[in-house]
Amino acid sequence: MSVIRVSDVVKDYPIAGGYYRALQGVSLEIAQGEYVAIMGHSGSGKSTFMNLLGCLDRYTQGRYWLNSCEVGSLSRNELAQLRNRTLGFVFQGFNLLSRMNLADNIGLPLVYAGVSKAERRRRAQALLDRVGLGAYAESHPNQISGGQQQRVAIARALINQPRVLLADEPTGNLDSQTSEEILAIFRQLNADGITIVLVTHEADVAAHALRQVGFRDGRIVRDEPTAEAGRRSPPC
Amino acid sequence: MLIAMLGEAWRAMGANRLRSLLTMLGMVIGVGAVVLMMAVGQGAQYAVKQSISAMGSNLFIVSASLSTTSGGVRRAGAAKITVADAEAMMELPGVEVVGQSLHPAPVQVIHGQANWTASIVGAVPEYLDARSWDVVSGSRFTESDVKAATRVALIGQNVGRKLFGDEDPVGKVVRIKQQPFVVLGVLAPKGQSLDGRDQDDSIIVPLVTAQRKLFGQTGGGINMIMVKAESLEAMPSVEQEMRALLRQRHRIREGMENDFSIRDLTATANTAAETAKVMSMLLGSIASVSLLVGGIGIMNIMLVSVTERTREIGIRMALGAREGAILAQFLLEAIIMSVIGCVIGLLLGLVGAELFRRFGNTTVVVSGGSALVAFGVALSVGVFFGYYPARKAALLDPIEALRYQ
Repeated sequence: MSVIRVSDVVKDYPIAGGYYRALQGVSLEIAQGEYVAIMGHSGSGKSTFMNLLGCLDRYTQGRYWLNSCEVGSLSRNELAQLRNRTLGFVFQGFNLLSRMNLADNIGLPLVYAGVSKAERRRRAQALLDRVGLGAYAESHPNQISGGQQQRVAIARALINQPRVLLADEPTGNLDSQTSEEILAIFRQLNADGITIVLVTHEADVAAHALRQVGFRDGRIVRDEPTAEAGRRSPPC
Repeated sequence: MLIAMLGEAWRAMGANRLRSLLTMLGMVIGVGAVVLMMAVGQGAQYAVKQSISAMGSNLFIVSASLSTTSGGVRRAGAAKITVADAEAMMELPGVEVVGQSLHPAPVQVIHGQANWTASIVGAVPEYLDARSWDVVSGSRFTESDVKAATRVALIGQNVGRKLFGDEDPVGKVVRIKQQPFVVLGVLAPKGQSLDGRDQDDSIIVPLVTAQRKLFGQTGGGINMIMVKAESLEAMPSVEQEMRALLRQRHRIREGMENDFSIRDLTATANTAAETAKVMSMLLGSIASVSLLVGGIGIMNIMLVSVTERTREIGIRMALGAREGAILAQFLLEAIIMSVIGCVIGLLLGLVGAELFRRFGNTTVVVSGGSALVAFGVALSVGVFFGYYPARKAALLDPIEALRYQ
């Protein structure tokens, strides 16, 4: 059963004297537990598509079901709730709030879910332990390295136990050693059953996924399993 | 959720301490000014009310005109009103009390080594009734004291204190113009009159004593007749009748000017009260302008803050913040700033009012009501001026906010 189903989605941006069609009718289905890398050059429409998947932006035409729920008909507040309960975001720039310590950063989505402070604290600490930063709960984002910040961001994305993790160039600001560590975490999470959609323009990052979807000029031009998928589930 | 948001708002303000403090300063000045001005304004109203009630109610003051016209020539001080005029007024309907009095220049009063300059009032006993002026210790003089021109005196609070200190003045002797007077009683404190004189500096002696023994006047001339009407409603008719009576008694022909004047003290008092009220409102509205400016300062800073934190708002929205949560976050910040500013302003205003009272010699009235009003206004200013920036934040597009650099 597919957790994400996109059918003939079109996205237009208004520009001077008309509009620019960033997505020209995209259809895609992603099943529960998949690990999909979305690839393409800048301007290919992959980031636009990712924003639509993340319920951050609205599409012009077509239909999108997330968790069997049609996103196009939802209000702003319903979209916020959907992001809060179903999705986890990991960004290229980490996007931690510098004023808060790491535990509060991780617990932030729970504030909007109405979870008590003690419970937020407990769950944040558990996730900090899980990403190997258990001793840094009181630290602030500017006191730790980029790789550590990205791990905190992953912990934040996981705190609401989302169905889908959306990662937009998660290794774009990291060196190759740290990138490997982050991708290892993703692989582990996927093995635990979380659906992951990762946007990247780097082939070696995409190689970690199990399925690659290539974008060009607002269309899907390629959709195939990776070699990694072959290694993980060898043909019988 | 609210506690978490309060903590966040506090941290957000702490991130820009100087800016938050300067923003609050606007509120501090605004609220402080409102509290201080209201205290001064209410103080002025209170002072006027005090002097009105000190004067007595439903009063007319009848006095000789300062100038009269006689044969085309204006002559100063020629006109007179007399004891006989006063006695005739007693007969008019609607008149309750008539108290005639003589008010010469202040003279020196001596007791032992102490001396003090007091205003002597020559009066009939009814004068005290007309003024609602009580004797707090000792007793009043009577009609027979007036007729016999005895040397007795009622002294004001201030006179008693200056001449006798802690001693009881009743039964003691003071010397006025080299003549011994027995102090019969001490008058109740009255405070300032509407024209600014301290009435507690008065000494009241029987009218005839003042006329004959102190100031050598003959012919029964007096300065002033105080007429107390039975009620406020009776005042217009009493005034008409008095005018007609005096014109007749003074033989003023049709078309000639009066040689006396009748002042309605209630009207005068009301005018004074009205003036004080207008002044109080004026002060309050000037102060309110500074409160308004303070509010605009908050709005300005909140708008800057929303722009600066656009990316943060985007992150929060991506993590599932609803419009209401973002709105509440920024609104709360504005409210906290205005409430803290208000509390500090309130304290400074109270301190200012106290300084005014001590060193400015002004009556100030600080009421819990005015403090409460200032607080409520500050809160509404915070909500009013914080709402627009907060709404702007809440309605941001998540993807644009996230992309904001």
